[in-house]
Amino acid sequence: MTPDLTSLTVHGALALLESKACTAVDLVDALVAAIAARDPELGAYVSLDADGARREAEAADKARAAGTGGRLCGIPVAVKDVLNVRGQPCTCASRILQGYVAPYDATAIARLRAAGAVMLGRTNMDEFAMGGSTENSALKRTRNPRHPDYVPGGSSGGSAAAVAGGVALCALGTDTGGSIRQPAAFCGCVGLKPSYGRVSRYGLTAFASSLDQVGPMTRTVRDAALLQEVLGGVDPMDSTSVAAPVPAYTERLTTDLRGMTLGVPREYVVDGLDAGVERAVRAAIERCRELGARVIEVSLPHTRYAIATYYVIATAEASANLARFDGVRYGQRCADAADPLDLYERTRAAGFGPEVKRRIILGTYVLSSGYYDAYYLSAQKVRTLIRRDFEQAFAQCDALVTPCTPTPAYRFGEKTDDPLQMYLGDIFTVTANLAGICGLSVPCGVAGGLPVGLQILGPAFKEEQILRVGHAYELARGEGWLG
Amino acid sequence: MNYLTSIGLEVHVQLRTRSKMFCGCAVGFGAEPNTQTCPVCLGYPGAMPTMNGEAVRLTVRTGLTIGAQINARSKFDRKSYFYPDMPKNYQISQYDQPLCEHGSVQIDTPAGGKVVRIRRIHLEEDVAKNMHFANASGVDFNRAGTPLMEIVTQPDITSAEEAFAFLVALKQILQYAEVSDCNLEEGNIRCDVNCSVRPEGQEQLGTKTELKNLNTFKGVLNALKYEAPRQVEVLRRGGTIVQETRRWDGDAGITTSMRTKEDAHDYRYFPEPDLMPVVLAPAQVEAWRATLPEMPRARRERFVSEYGLPDYDAGVLVADKVVADFFEAAARQAPNAKAVSNWMMTEMLRLLGETERDIRSVPITPQALAGLVRLTEARTINSNTAKEIFAELFEKGGDPEAMVKQRGLGQVSDTGAIAALVDEAIAENAKSVEDYRKGKLAAAKFIVGQVMKRSKGKADPQLVTKLLEERLAAGA
Repeated sequence: MTPDLTSLTVHGALALLESKACTAVDLVDALVAAIAARDPELGAYVSLDADGARREAEAADKARAAGTGGRLCGIPVAVKDVLNVRGQPCTCASRILQGYVAPYDATAIARLRAAGAVMLGRTNMDEFAMGGSTENSALKRTRNPRHPDYVPGGSSGGSAAAVAGGVALCALGTDTGGSIRQPAAFCGCVGLKPSYGRVSRYGLTAFASSLDQVGPMTRTVRDAALLQEVLGGVDPMDSTSVAAPVPAYTERLTTDLRGMTLGVPREYVVDGLDAGVERAVRAAIERCRELGARVIEVSLPHTRYAIATYYVIATAEASANLARFDGVRYGQRCADAADPLDLYERTRAAGFGPEVKRRIILGTYVLSSGYYDAYYLSAQKVRTLIRRDFEQAFAQCDALVTPCTPTPAYRFGEKTDDPLQMYLGDIFTVTANLAGICGLSVPCGVAGGLPVGLQILGPAFKEEQILRVGHAYELARGEGWLG
Repeated sequence: MNYLTSIGLEVHVQLRTRSKMFCGCAVGFGAEPNTQTCPVCLGYPGAMPTMNGEAVRLTVRTGLTIGAQINARSKFDRKSYFYPDMPKNYQISQYDQPLCEHGSVQIDTPAGGKVVRIRRIHLEEDVAKNMHFANASGVDFNRAGTPLMEIVTQPDITSAEEAFAFLVALKQILQYAEVSDCNLEEGNIRCDVNCSVRPEGQEQLGTKTELKNLNTFKGVLNALKYEAPRQVEVLRRGGTIVQETRRWDGDAGITTSMRTKEDAHDYRYFPEPDLMPVVLAPAQVEAWRATLPEMPRARRERFVSEYGLPDYDAGVLVADKVVADFFEAAARQAPNAKAVSNWMMTEMLRLLGETERDIRSVPITPQALAGLVRLTEARTINSNTAKEIFAELFEKGGDPEAMVKQRGLGQVSDTGAIAALVDEAIAENAKSVEDYRKGKLAAAKFIVGQVMKRSKGKADPQLVTKLLEERLAAGA
């Protein structure tokens, strides 16, 4: 019987390709058919170049036959619409970038290509990665594949929905304050936010440059480990990428957690933590103990300042990063501008959505003369304290285990009128970005019928430790976690 | 009441690098619009800057030549403002941690030498160039991202003439250090000026205005010659100076208000998160210091001691490094350095000025000038012939010694032959001889001229004069 190619893991697909049970073209065709059937409802993709993907798949099949294929030879990858792929649109789910076609490949894309991966299509997101539900997309609505009335999370909601919804084997997301881990938790897939500097940001349309990271979204931890091996490493085009060696993560995975110490931050048990989420996460931690891990309580005392700190730094950087969208060189431009100021004002007023405007205004404010010290400078100091919290915690343990989000996915429109409520949903994820450490979300059960994510945080450039925890837990958890 | 003027300059210098500040695009002048661009210098989504190490080296080198402190750690910042010539609508610059601080430049003023303190030198990227057509505007991004070094002085300059002298001295230093081509026509050096006046006796500086659109050193001179008296006049009439930016209108010879402090930009500086801080190891800075060339003041002193030139001549020659290089190359091969200097100071600089040419682009070589000096020192040719040969060398080049030999231009120093010509001239100009004897000494010059004419210019005029005076004294 022919297996369902759309339900494969990356490793499963590689095994079929290697044994000639299927071709890369078969994989692309199966996914394109699934997208045609399911995506009108799901809404994961914003664009799809099926012909281009098929051509790349044909080339991959030839390379594999010739024995020259890379580690991901023939694997179709869905790409968040924030990364530049040469010759493709890159809208960042914004009206202002409609019509823009990227003239170059992001380094993450170039690395995937070099490994033989096939660029499948572009996934929906919150506009410029600003949001946690993908409701801020100017292009379309993406639904949670587990329940159509619920949000998929965000900002990498399209990538998470595609992987969990059977229309992609794996995807790239980006994570500035939780945008890979949170939608992975909401949709029930695996999401890895690498350490800051681990994956080149060159070609990633910047939201907050000191926080952004590109990372994989997959169906298993082992798949995330494989993609991360390909994505990681220093890049001369990104001065903030770090020349630390990239270990063979897939070879370091284990089935138990003997010898590992896991920390549970006491500050991560907060008011408003959903009882079902708490139950699922406690059970997952218990499972880790059974696998041989020692579990201790640790403290991250500055956690309560994290959201405020994050929204000062992220918006400040965003206010400068998004200044380039002015209608002069690419994207949308208002008609009949009288002068440059008129051009900027009308182009940007029409091109940006309300959340993006809110953040640009906030970021402009905190950098303004007379306010800089009170906001931006203070936030940088608190950021240092938060980083030290983690350094002290990691002196006692190998990884931290926490809920990924305070609640499971919510209904469309439930939080759109209250941005602060939306921001508070980032409480467990933004700290990793502020500290530059790595984090992983692995499905660990359900609450109210919706997936719950176990977040595993590790020291900077120690992705192998969190991947090991996630993989051992995932094996022990088994397949029936969705109930 | 007397008023004192305080002037501070912000000088932007285009560095001599092959590529742009933050990408690999070529730096060049005059290419087709938007042919030297890439996603980085066009500010495309996702593009990131990477630092040009050579630009850092050249900036540090400049700091070392003016005795500045080289900061072990400096960083880049974003300076935000919207304008179509700004690809990202922020400029990557250095705000509070520049590469160099606290240097000084010596200048010459009519009242003697003076030190202008340098506050800081930092590195940034240039903007693009806006172009305006009949029905539209365009932007040429070729220049966008070109490395610019900004040198900021303390307000130590007290007159327009001092500002001019400072710019001349600075240009010399930059040329000597080989950090910039200093081509003013291509905008390699651009200048903003801050100017204030205050009553004599007042400690605190007056309210300053900033002058823009100063593209030449002469423009700075003339703008300040207008602006400082304008401010004094406002104060004399009981008015106050408004802190503002003013534009120099070179054609009208006036400055006019562009914008006041209320309209000033809030640049919202913050550290550039896409670049790491610049950390310079002391050993690196010392290695760069070891490669510093001789600076103009030291060279001027050496020209005086080594070649025996008057200080004034040495000053003129070192003013332009390429002129000084030419002089020195010729002086090393010539029997008389002072004679070489004389040629440089008179004929060479005159012809360069008249033809508006650069010494590097004229065919005359230092070897040729040295040859010419050898010919005059040996009195093989007279000075008129030498001037003609110089003009020809300047225009077409060539070997003066070969030219003299081929054309038989050698000076006639044969006493017998010249004496015969002198006798002929005396015989044919009885009236002049008579005038001379009556005390009209100038008449002798006429007779010398007649002898030179007969010799077709080849006679040694000194010999002619000597022989004529002997003959006339003897009562011939």
